Amino acid sequence: MNVEIDTEKIDIGFLLKLKGDVDMNTSSEVRNAFAEVFRQGATGMKALLINLSQVRYMDSSGIATLVEAMQNCMKKGARLRLFELSPPVRNVFELARLANVFEIYPTINDARTGL
Amino acid sequence: MTETITLTVPSHPKYLYVIRSALYPIVIEAGFLKKESGQIVLAVDEACSNIIKYAYEGDHTKTITMNVRMDPGKLTIELKDSGRKPDVSKIVPRKLDEIRPGGLGTHFMATVFDKIEYDTTNDAGTVLTLMKEKR
Repeated sequence: MNVEIDTEKIDIGFLLKLKGDVDMNTSSEVRNAFAEVFRQGATGMKALLINLSQVRYMDSSGIATLVEAMQNCMKKGARLRLFELSPPVRNVFELARLANVFEIYPTINDARTGL
Repeated sequence: MTETITLTVPSHPKYLYVIRSALYPIVIEAGFLKKESGQIVLAVDEACSNIIKYAYEGDHTKTITMNVRMDPGKLTIELKDSGRKPDVSKIVPRKLDEIRPGGLGTHFMATVFDKIEYDTTNDAGTVLTLMKEKR
């Protein structure tokens, strides 16, 4: 099973949409996409918004990739915000007790608030 | 009545999807709810990832065999590998207040399953047994 990653440059930084399974087999593709975003947005990026509505499965390697991205955002003074978490993603966040670690929003409009 | 299903896949991460896809309907059939079934599949997937990473050290030419046994009120999943044996005393879930990448797999297994056993007495490899009672 593959993962599809759509990257879009937006006024406040970048918007990524992940679709499919983010697991040990595919998380390196997601990590590479994040690396490209951080390369392109080396200066002036306010936020990285990630749409997780179409993620069918996420394991601990996917979570690790998001944690790394969040840490990179913090180093650059940017915000990492997740929105529209699919039920499987909510499930794994709940198990990992990460709901209070990430900034999580119901919609993209909510995620853009205050940026 | 006890029913057992066996699946063997190559030790490549691309086959984790096959294990997940096979296991989910079996767990549902065993009577677990959807959310709980998703967590069981996640924990087994993490165990298989650990086999690929640590027992086989990334060697994709080996195999992982999953035996799923359904007894009335109980699910038992065995994962067999022929790789390097773990030091069981060092397998502990990490503290969740450490916000860092990695190390969540054992936490998922310990949270989802009622009992976890590592059998390293075979000549080669390990049999990891994960047990969960239906509530």
